[in-house]
Amino acid sequence: MKVTVRFFALYRERAGVSQTEIELPEGTTPEELLIRLRSIYTSLPLSDSVLIAVNSEYVLPEAPLHEGDEVAFIPPVSGGVA
Amino acid sequence: MIYITSEPLNPQEVTNMVCKNTNGAVITFLGTTRDFSEGRDVLYLEYEAYQPMAENMLAQIVEEVREKWGIEDIAIAHRVGKLKIGEISLVVAMASPHRKEAFEASQYAMDRIKTIVPIWKKEVFQGGEAWIGDQEDEATAPAH
Repeated sequence: MKVTVRFFALYRERAGVSQTEIELPEGTTPEELLIRLRSIYTSLPLSDSVLIAVNSEYVLPEAPLHEGDEVAFIPPVSGGVA
Repeated sequence: MIYITSEPLNPQEVTNMVCKNTNGAVITFLGTTRDFSEGRDVLYLEYEAYQPMAENMLAQIVEEVREKWGIEDIAIAHRVGKLKIGEISLVVAMASPHRKEAFEASQYAMDRIKTIVPIWKKEVFQGGEAWIGDQEDEATAPAH
């Protein structure tokens, strides 16, 4: 199956791309994808506790991915609040 | 009413969205960009959003406020892109019949925005730049 991975802010700068498509075995989970991404983008500071969103909703790291999913690893947010 | 825009925010416009004759209390919070952060002179800031998800999360916060306080009249506007010092990055307007609920709900909404809405801020200062919210200090080479 193929999923789209989105990078934002610090992760986008470290990965050098804002998104990429990646081919994965059926049923791969976000935490397995995380390990794969670490080996591809070695300067990406992805921690085990990083927040993960699939199709714009927060998900658990062990929830299986599906064909066509958009996966985003969410850097710590700061918002616009003083 | 929620929106994310690269245009300057108009607090009066956002406030007008929540003003009704049944509301006796209207609170409008403005987040503005600071010129000094952790000992650094900030030149300007850049906000980046994961836009569809950020809108979803803002809508979720509106729904949470409705459930907790019964407040229907809330408007949130967030700016993205390059902001000069002293510009408004966030407007949250909250209106209810009485002030207590409006203050509580405003505080709650701001805390939630800071926690769950995927919008990031980069400070560009003399000699470098840094994404804010990172655990490690991400100060990098001078801005180009």
